[in-house]
Amino acid sequence: MAQELVNPVLGKDLIGLEELTREQITAILDTAETFKEISERPVRKVPYLRGRTVVNAFFENSTRTRVSFEFAEKRMGADTVSISTTGSSVQKGETLVDTARNLEAMRIDMVVIRHASSGAARFLAERIESSVINAGDGKHEHPTQGLLDLLTIRDHRGPLEGLKVCICGDVLHSRVARSNIHGLKRLGAEVAVCGPMTLMPPDVGDLGVRWFNRIEAAIEWADVLNVLRLQLERMKAGFIPSLREYNRVFGVTRARVEAAPRDLLILHPGPMNRGVEIDSDVADGPHSVILQQVTNGVAVRMAVLYLLSGGPATEGGDA
Amino acid sequence: MSRLLIRGGRVVDPSQGIDAVLDVLIDGGKIARVGEGIESSDAETMDASGLVVAPGLIDVHVHLREPGGEHKETIASGARAAAAGGFTAVVAMPNTDPPIDSPATVGYVKAAGLRAGGARVFPSGCITLGQKGEQLTEIGELMAAGAVCITDDGRPVMNAGLLRMALEYAQSFDLPVALHEEELTLSRGGAMNEGIIATRLGLTGIPNAAEDVMIARDLMLAELTGGRLHIQHVATRGGVDLIRAAKAKGVRVTAEGSPHHFTLTDEAVGWYNTNAKMNPPLRSAADRDAVRQGVADGTLDVIATDHAPHHYDEKEQAFEDAPNGIVGLETAVGLAYTELVATGLIGLAEMIERMSCAPARAMNLDRAADGRPPLGSLREGSAGDVTLLDPMLEWTVDPAGFLSLSRNTPFGGRKLRCRAVRTIIGGTTAWQSSA
Ligand SMILES: [Zn+2]
Repeated sequence: MAQELVNPVLGKDLIGLEELTREQITAILDTAETFKEISERPVRKVPYLRGRTVVNAFFENSTRTRVSFEFAEKRMGADTVSISTTGSSVQKGETLVDTARNLEAMRIDMVVIRHASSGAARFLAERIESSVINAGDGKHEHPTQGLLDLLTIRDHRGPLEGLKVCICGDVLHSRVARSNIHGLKRLGAEVAVCGPMTLMPPDVGDLGVRWFNRIEAAIEWADVLNVLRLQLERMKAGFIPSLREYNRVFGVTRARVEAAPRDLLILHPGPMNRGVEIDSDVADGPHSVILQQVTNGVAVRMAVLYLLSGGPATEGGDA
Repeated sequence: MSRLLIRGGRVVDPSQGIDAVLDVLIDGGKIARVGEGIESSDAETMDASGLVVAPGLIDVHVHLREPGGEHKETIASGARAAAAGGFTAVVAMPNTDPPIDSPATVGYVKAAGLRAGGARVFPSGCITLGQKGEQLTEIGELMAAGAVCITDDGRPVMNAGLLRMALEYAQSFDLPVALHEEELTLSRGGAMNEGIIATRLGLTGIPNAAEDVMIARDLMLAELTGGRLHIQHVATRGGVDLIRAAKAKGVRVTAEGSPHHFTLTDEAVGWYNTNAKMNPPLRSAADRDAVRQGVADGTLDVIATDHAPHHYDEKEQAFEDAPNGIVGLETAVGLAYTELVATGLIGLAEMIERMSCAPARAMNLDRAADGRPPLGSLREGSAGDVTLLDPMLEWTVDPAGFLSLSRNTPFGGRKLRCRAVRTIIGGTTAWQSSA
C-alpha cells in the first residue's frame, strides 16, 4: 500500500544528500522554485497535503527549523502535530525504537525528525512505513538546510557547475557542512573548508574538498562563503583558544570581504554569533543572502513534502 | 564413566610439539596417556577419526554480566555458550554491577562458575575499587579468593602512578595485570574508528593514538617495574609494533588479538550497524592486517573474544547510544580457522597454541592450583579438558541458535569453516554437537 505512494523522484525518505543523485537534487530545487511563488500569494495555501498527517518530532531544540517545517506543512494543507523534547516521553527513557513503534501505530504519513544522535533519522526510516524527513541528526546531515543553501546560491549565481564554495568554521561538528559538501559536489561545484584543524573532520579531504587554514586564502579562492555557527562551548572544550582569537584569525570581517578579488556571496545557516564567526556589517551587508535562505527554507521544505507524498493527493490514490 | 578413550584423531598439542594421529585416554578427570593403539577395556570409547583433538580451548576475556546484567548473560549461560564454542575454560571480566572488587564477589563468581555446568569459570578481580581508578583493591585477598588476574577492563587505568603500584604490588603474587588500553581524553567518548567513515556518518572517531599512547605508556611501566602485563584486545598496527618491540627487549608482556579485530574493518559499521560497535573499535584494513600478522608471529600470544553480550533492546538504538561489544564465544573457532588457518597465515598448531596453551600460560592456568590439574596441555597429569574440532565442517552463523542469552553479532549469516563438535571438561562431555 505504502509502496504506491512512493514518489519515484525521491523514494520514501529524505535522510541525507549523500544518497541523492544530481537529478534528484535538481528536481527538488526546481520544485522549490515553483513553490516560492505560492509564498508570494495573498492566500499562501495549496491543498497538496490535505488529509495527510505530519508529525514533527523534535528531540533537540531548534526553533528555526521547526517553524520553517510547520509553515511548509500548513501551507500545503497538512494536519500537523509537534512533539518536542520538553514534556515528551523521550525524557522518561522511552527509546527511539518505542517512538518509532508509537508513530507507526498512529498511522501517520510523514515524520520530520530532529535528533541529537547521528543516524537517528535513518534508524527511524528503517523501522516505519511512513516517510521520514531528516531535520538534522547529530553531526551527520541536515539535508533541507543543504538544499536551501543550494537553492539560494543557484538563485544568485545560476548553475553551480564550477562554482567555488568555501564552508567556513566548525565543520567537525556541523551536519550542515556535511549536507552542503555532498550537495554542492553532486551539482558540480568545487568545495573547500576553512578553519583551524581542530574543527576539521579527520580525512575531510577524502570527501573531495580542499582545506584552507587561513580565511584570507579561502576568500581569495572562493565565489561563495557559507559561514557556520561556532558553538561557544567549543572554546571550553579546547577546540579553540578564545573567541577573540577566532574572530581575529578566522572571522569573516568587513575588511576581509572588501579585499576579496570577486564579489562574494555570503551565507550563514543561523543563528549567528555576531562578532565571532561573522561581523555584523557583513551579516547585514550587501553580500549577505542570509534572510533569503530563511525564505527559501520554507519553499524547499514544501518541495520535499510534496515530492515525498507522491505529488498531489488527488493523484496519490491513498483514499 | 570415569575413563574416556578418544581414538584415532589428529592430536594437536603445541605444548608438547605433538601433531599426529593418536589416541588420548582420560582417567579420573586427567589426561592419563597420549599414544598409539591405546587399549582400555573399561573406558567409554569414541571414534575421533577425521577430527582434531586439542587441549581444551581457553578464552581469557569474556564478560558474563553476572551479577547485575543477568538479562544479557548469566555465569551459567555464558559457561554453556563457551562450551558450545569449544572452550573448556574462560576468564570472567570484573566490570559487573557491582564490580568484582572484593574477595566476597570473587568468591561469588567462582561458586556460580562451579555450579554452571559448562566451561570452567575463572574470576578476575578489579585493579581499583569500583574500577574508579583511585585506590587499589585488596589484590592478595582477591587472588586468595580465586582471581587469576586483575583488570579494570572496560576502562583504562588513567593514573600512571597508580598503575605502577598495581604492577609492582601484583608481582608479590605473580599475578598478571590485564589492561584495556584507552587514553580517554583522546577517545573523547567516540563511537567508532576515526577516519573517513566516521566523518561521513557524523560520528566522533577514536584515533589509533588513543590506544597506542596507553600501550606505549604501559609497556614502559612494565619495563620499569618488571611486572606482568597482559594487554587486552589490541586493535592497532601501532599497538602491535610497540608490543613486538617491547618483547624483543624482554619486557614481560602478553597480548590478545580478537577475532573481530582480525576479521573486520570499520567498513562493517556500514550505515550505523550497532552490532559492529565495540571498544576498541574496528579499524582500518592496515590495522586489521597488523593484528593478523601479530597473531601469526606470536606478538599477540592469545586469541581472546572479548565476548560482550547485550540485550537486543540495548543494541536497537541510535549508534552513539548503543553499548559497545559483540558476543564471541560461539564464533571464535570458526573465525580463527577461516580467517587465519584456511588462508594459510598460520597452521592449525598455531591456532591451538593461541587459543589454549598461550592463554593458559598468560593466566597461570598451566600450573596446578586449587586442587585443579594444569590446563592448556594434553601432557599426562593435565586436566582432562579436550576440544574436538571438525576442520572440514562448513557452517553458517545463526545467532538464533546461540546458547548465549544474547545475539549481538555482526557475523550472522557468515559462512565459516571448522567448529567444535565436542567439548570435554575433566573427562566429562560438557557439550556435543547434535549434527
Ligand atoms: Zn576492554
